[in-house]
Amino acid sequence: MNKAEAKALIFEVLLGIAPEAELDKLPGNAQLRDELDLDSMDFLDFVAAVHERTGIDIPEAEYGRLATLDDAVAYLAR
Amino acid sequence: MIDFRMPSLGADMEAGTLVEWRVKPGDRVKRGDVIAVVETQKGAIEVEVFSAGVVSELVVSVGTKLPVGTVMARFDAGAAERPAPAAAPPVVPTPVAPPAVAIPPVAAPPPAAPQVAPLAVLPVTAPAEPLPTAVAGHVPASPAARRRAAERGIALDRLTGSGPGGAVTLADVEAASAEAPTVPPPVPPPVPPTTPGPTRRGGFDPAAMRQAIAAAMSRSKREIPHYYLAQTVEVTAALARLERLNRDRAPPERLLPAALLLRATALALAKTPELNGFWEDGHFRPGDGVHIGWATSLRGGGLIAPAIRDADKRSLDELMAAMRDVVRRARGGGVRSSELTDPTLTVTSLGERGAESVLPIINPPQVAMVGFGRIVTRPWVVDGAIGPRPVITLTLAGDHRASDGHRGGLLLVEIDRLLQEAETL
Repeated sequence: MNKAEAKALIFEVLLGIAPEAELDKLPGNAQLRDELDLDSMDFLDFVAAVHERTGIDIPEAEYGRLATLDDAVAYLAR
Repeated sequence: MIDFRMPSLGADMEAGTLVEWRVKPGDRVKRGDVIAVVETQKGAIEVEVFSAGVVSELVVSVGTKLPVGTVMARFDAGAAERPAPAAAPPVVPTPVAPPAVAIPPVAAPPPAAPQVAPLAVLPVTAPAEPLPTAVAGHVPASPAARRRAAERGIALDRLTGSGPGGAVTLADVEAASAEAPTVPPPVPPPVPPTTPGPTRRGGFDPAAMRQAIAAAMSRSKREIPHYYLAQTVEVTAALARLERLNRDRAPPERLLPAALLLRATALALAKTPELNGFWEDGHFRPGDGVHIGWATSLRGGGLIAPAIRDADKRSLDELMAAMRDVVRRARGGGVRSSELTDPTLTVTSLGERGAESVLPIINPPQVAMVGFGRIVTRPWVVDGAIGPRPVITLTLAGDHRASDGHRGGLLLVEIDRLLQEAETL
């Protein structure tokens, strides 16, 4: 997956959780959970949805590597 | 003949707007069937019937705002299965009397004067399809469909639902989306005065929700002599258990700390029945089980706390699944009336981004509420030495009319004890 595909996938998943979010205006370095007001359940839903679409098994210990949009894109596009 | 009345779905509810009938005259229903959808300040709620019978009349029409206690439908409890009558007698408009039976079992609402005259006559040959939903924003739809439609800019009221009761399903939205990639913005239908304004989002009106919370909490602060207790609980064992369980699980099967906190609370509560139930008419009525109201914040503000029934009898995985289900429906629609009235105690867990501690306000007619703050790492004394440990602040608000601080303290100590033995939870 390249970066553009990773970003598109992340946007699609995030919109399912926070339908009102204006993702185009989301700074790449902003904390996703703060910026989109995601609670623990929302973030688990995010990780689970990314897993279901990509097969990537994001371990709990690596949740911190998806903290921002840029981080998450880099993580999925690696 | 049994009258089915607008139920009170919370201490704060005064009226609800009928959005949809899910039954028609002649239909057989059993206890627990959803017969209608009612719009309340806390969003659209699926209303269940509390006894079996055959629908003989639908007394009110869709779109009508009804005070709590208003007769909505009549049932023949003893009727054998039979087709709908060819012609029903005209319904005599009856003044609304104080409800003879409070349905569901919450504090009986004060007698309410009818603000809306009951319908004189309903069509006897009720349509097999769902009644047309004339009210903006009230199209029945699955949460997934709602989300997808919002993403694609598709107006739900333009779709023909193929789901139960004519509800719009995800497949319907996908089909519409494939047919018409660019749907012009729909002309907003006129909004009847009884419905919330255009600020509504995600199935509820934030302003109405705020009013409902204010009313319930004002009543709580006015009537309930609260006492408060707090205990700092080490959660090293609990987090270690979760870490071990989650290590080999794919993300969708993983557990959150909240599942362990909920299980410990439910088990401890089963041993402290004085805190598990309702204050009604000057007396404590124990709950018929441990039904935990799980406080769920909603996007856009507000919260509701639907019941996770018999929480003390469910495994960690079952509790996690129940929490997911309740949170999803609280945010996306599909909460049932019994889920709002069943909780025997409410739990709020502030989660990873919350404050360290919460002093809960009891949700009447319940008599206690348990709170969990955010898990933080703090200096902690273990075997005479100080070390960093993860801890959580566990709090309780209790109703002094029903219990005292000694009893409340026993609950907190028991939750603490169970969390230290998290391997057994």
